[in-house]
Amino acid sequence: MEQQKKIGCYICTGCGIGDALDLKALKAIATKEQKIPLVKDHALLCGAEGVAMIQKDLDEGAVNAVIVAACSHREKAAEFRFDIDLMDRVDLRDKCLWMLDVKEGDETAEEDRQMMAEDYLRLGCVKIKKMNVPDPFLHSEGSKDVLVVGGGLAGLTAARDISRAGYNAVIVEKSDVLGGKMNNMFKVTPDNQPPYREMGENFIGALVAEVENDNRIKIFKNSIVTKTSGQPGSFDLVIKNASSTKELRVGSIVVATGFDLYDPTKLPANLGYGTSPDVITSADFEKMAKEGKIVRKSDGKEAKRVAFALCAGQRDKEHLEYCSGACCIYSMKQAMYVIDQYGDDASTYLLYQEIRTPGQMEDFYRQAQEKGAVFIKGDVAGVAGNAKGGVSVKVHDHLIRNNENLDVDLLVLATGMVTTVDTLDPNAPSPVGTGREELPGSILNLQYRQGPSLPRLGGAGFPDSHFICFPYETRRTGIYVAGPARRPMGIAATMTDASGAALKAIQAVEAVAHGVAVHPRSGDLSYPSYRPEGCTQCKRCTEECPFGAINEDDKGNPLFNPARCRRCSTCMGACPQKIISFANYSVDMISAMIKEIDIPEEDEEKPRILIFACTNDAVPALDMVGRNRSAISPYVRIIPLRCMGSLSLVWIADAMSKGFDGVMLMGCRHGDDYQCHNVRGSALAEIRLSKVSETLQRLKLESSRVKMVEVNIMDADTLPGVISDFVEQISNLNPNPYKGF
Amino acid sequence: MADANAAGQTILVVGGGISGLTTAVEAAETGYHVLLVEKDPHLGGRVAQHNKYFPKLCSPTCGLEINYQRIKNNPRIRYLTLAEVVDIQGGEGNYTVRIQKNPRFVTEACTGCGECSAVCTAEVPDPFNFGMNQVKAIRNNHAMAFPCWYHMDPDYAKTEEAQKVAKACPAGAIQPDMQAETVEEQVAAIVWATGWKPYDAEKIRPYGFGQYANVTTNMRFERLANIYGPTSGKIVRPSDGKEAKNVAFIQCAGSRDHNYLPFCSRICCLASMKQAAYVRDQYPDSQVTIFYIDLRAMDRYESFLQKTRDDQGISWIKSKPARIEEDGNGNPVVIGENTLTGERYAMPFDLVVLATGMEPHSAVDAKVPYSEVRQDEYGFVTGGVLSAGCAAMPTDVASSVQSATAMAMKAIHAAVKRG
Repeated sequence: MEQQKKIGCYICTGCGIGDALDLKALKAIATKEQKIPLVKDHALLCGAEGVAMIQKDLDEGAVNAVIVAACSHREKAAEFRFDIDLMDRVDLRDKCLWMLDVKEGDETAEEDRQMMAEDYLRLGCVKIKKMNVPDPFLHSEGSKDVLVVGGGLAGLTAARDISRAGYNAVIVEKSDVLGGKMNNMFKVTPDNQPPYREMGENFIGALVAEVENDNRIKIFKNSIVTKTSGQPGSFDLVIKNASSTKELRVGSIVVATGFDLYDPTKLPANLGYGTSPDVITSADFEKMAKEGKIVRKSDGKEAKRVAFALCAGQRDKEHLEYCSGACCIYSMKQAMYVIDQYGDDASTYLLYQEIRTPGQMEDFYRQAQEKGAVFIKGDVAGVAGNAKGGVSVKVHDHLIRNNENLDVDLLVLATGMVTTVDTLDPNAPSPVGTGREELPGSILNLQYRQGPSLPRLGGAGFPDSHFICFPYETRRTGIYVAGPARRPMGIAATMTDASGAALKAIQAVEAVAHGVAVHPRSGDLSYPSYRPEGCTQCKRCTEECPFGAINEDDKGNPLFNPARCRRCSTCMGACPQKIISFANYSVDMISAMIKEIDIPEEDEEKPRILIFACTNDAVPALDMVGRNRSAISPYVRIIPLRCMGSLSLVWIADAMSKGFDGVMLMGCRHGDDYQCHNVRGSALAEIRLSKVSETLQRLKLESSRVKMVEVNIMDADTLPGVISDFVEQISNLNPNPYKGF
Repeated sequence: MADANAAGQTILVVGGGISGLTTAVEAAETGYHVLLVEKDPHLGGRVAQHNKYFPKLCSPTCGLEINYQRIKNNPRIRYLTLAEVVDIQGGEGNYTVRIQKNPRFVTEACTGCGECSAVCTAEVPDPFNFGMNQVKAIRNNHAMAFPCWYHMDPDYAKTEEAQKVAKACPAGAIQPDMQAETVEEQVAAIVWATGWKPYDAEKIRPYGFGQYANVTTNMRFERLANIYGPTSGKIVRPSDGKEAKNVAFIQCAGSRDHNYLPFCSRICCLASMKQAAYVRDQYPDSQVTIFYIDLRAMDRYESFLQKTRDDQGISWIKSKPARIEEDGNGNPVVIGENTLTGERYAMPFDLVVLATGMEPHSAVDAKVPYSEVRQDEYGFVTGGVLSAGCAAMPTDVASSVQSATAMAMKAIHAAVKRG
């Protein structure tokens, strides 16, 4: 049975709080109005003595839930870290004192400030009263094993690293051998491992052997995953090969299915693929070099003169709009094969747009030049087969601005990488020309309401959701993509990427085993639940969840998968019935908070504006406004939201019925370059908001009373203006007639 | 999460920039103890000095904030600021390290209220803004600095006024007599994540940085465009404060060149495209010219190059300029030959930005104090300890995070092996 809540409210009077505010009145709000049984103050609450005072009350059992009314929750986290389940911070300093311009002796301003502080204290009291202790979601028979799909370089590296960390890995490889594309590779590029000028020996055999001899790694060859159901900690797989079906439970997944090379038959005609057998792809060339002799395909004669066309389809909007990252270096390596095989007789030409050898790979570029490879900045204007074998390449040279004909034995097209991550998602742009559109199934065949595949984002359709700051995040919790399946990359980067994805995979199983969320709300114990009797099967929650966490039962009710959930609470905001909630965050909680704010009578001429601010970016930005001591209107009241995605339209109605004159929503940038940590939160809030006019019409209020703005975390300089403009706009309207009802 | 690992299994992360932060939070959230050591007063490193990230043109603060929250919520991470690793003994699984904690002169009791700064009268050139403005000798580097404790310059700590400032602190957090101290720690793995510093542009003599006021560098420009920069984000020229509307960017300034840095720093092309956007966004009637050798917009960044190319206000000249001179109006004049057309040019600009490259701190001022360390000829760390991000190679933020996450895995391997 849940322990009875014993709330203690601790008010800090340091940092000028005690001087600016009427402490007695403030304490009276907590004790008399909010009926908080224990209310104390301290001149420096974050100091050792202040913290000890709270700890003593906790130790003695006088309180088990704490309100710290002091500075922003972003400050002094270590000091106010108590081993309790219920805690809230009321910000009297950063978002109240520091944000208000109060001249000494200006009684009206002082009164406004006091009113703001009292309201914030009310909000804290109501909030903690409405909070319940989260009961973590724990699997009864969870697994900490990791599925690795793909047995190429990325998959093998991931599996090996998972094993070395003490976990079991399961590799599912569709072919009959491990090693993937590396099996056809002759030598490897140095890729940021010294010596940078030298090619290295292909090491894939050793890695395959290590993995095959590792008893923590189970390997399924000739197999595919035909079904993935469940959630992190208990993903239930069906693995199939030609003759049998195996069922298996794993905790998390690394997708390391690599890349397909862009289909050369789809390339523009000027590159000449198909005009002669001596126009080949870099993959064909590599295989030939590995087998030994570099020869013409047409007649088997030694191929001593070889041209390489870089960007064969890459950086071309009609084909692959991105650069493939590794082909410049790869082609230089192949030119060196020719030079090494034929010495002074060799002539190699690299036809390029830009040479891209980042980092220390500049040394490899120098090596190729010094070994005699010729670099021509230019386009291949046309290719013609020669009667006596080889091809004639018409090159448009950008430097001498001339066309020249290059007679070579082979023209090698450095085609680009295309991710193998599924294209079944209807929102994902299909990778043009790879032939994968016809693929009958997805890699994981997720049994998710939102479809069997990993969503792919952005113009080129990569499967990662936050590729700058958090490159391993996808929109499916516990599923990470590694190597060229995630974005084009070379050998060293693939290995690094696989190690990182492996780390994320074991991190996910540990988090799930402890019932806590992974990024971005790492450590959060709460998760959504709903009241079934209120559900109308409208499916908005299952459709809007950015992470595909909610399935449906056969009646159309939501089936929450807590371990898939990132706790963004988008489902809560989506639900028109208000029946989805978290133990410590709910529609009812925010509604109760709104209703608790004191709204002055109309004749007092003190309007009230409610601001809902995203806790990730807008709240820190507001804190910065305070830190800069930039003044904002004393009429605003800020309520932080987990994510704008949790916005329930009921709150707008609540605010209007309560008598707020305006409501402003501060969410993150959305659209292609979205900044929402939950991908869709602010975008969904805006869609919901488009329907708010109905609510306002019903209340006979102007639609301009509600406004949503995009707030960047560095907007501290412009935010005060944004707020004051809105306050002014609202002041031009009549006061909300619902005041006092 | 299970605290299965013992004290000796701690992972030491050196450097609190985006790489070090990432290694620290990723390892800690997997259940391991981490000690994060940062030499500056705040975490965030080089990215905290950046105005925006390419290609999304979003603020680095947004991602840093999440990482700081993860640190605040995770008792497994201990962090030390103003601290340096001065000695490493032992080997993988069992290192003994000595860490020097330099005095901040302000304790963790600091509430960030700023009373001290108000009392302090001494001003010094602001190192966070490359000395382009003056700041108080006791301060917080910027409003988003984490941890938010103020710090005092060592020279100022010796003054009489410092004692007076100490008395002004309501939290009693200022201690001008604070001394450096050295502590010893046992750790299982070391991840070197000390990042990079901008290459010293004064060494590139023909470009006249340091000689001509209106020749600046890309990192300085980053501060110039930032609201907490010396001009509160206004892009103006240093000589006379005039709006800089005709701006040139010179790529590979001191990079891909045996006289300076032989390697490519990978990010500078994209950084200049991003900075071109700062100029174009601030002044719609501006003109930007980018002088380049190769445009290196690796893999998916290509779309950012295409987007930049679509802007008619940006011109591109394939050329490595020979030199910069100054005309009578203080305009830097860029002189050279266009590689594609063969034409010679001498073009005046309001401001020239040198896209200087990355010099690894591990090559200059954060050398690894360990006899077994391996570094390449440029000073990047390649062995002996683990290395993440730009301590290992010049790279961008996304790849640094990738590398740092991988190094968290490698560090865990060392901790597991130790048992």
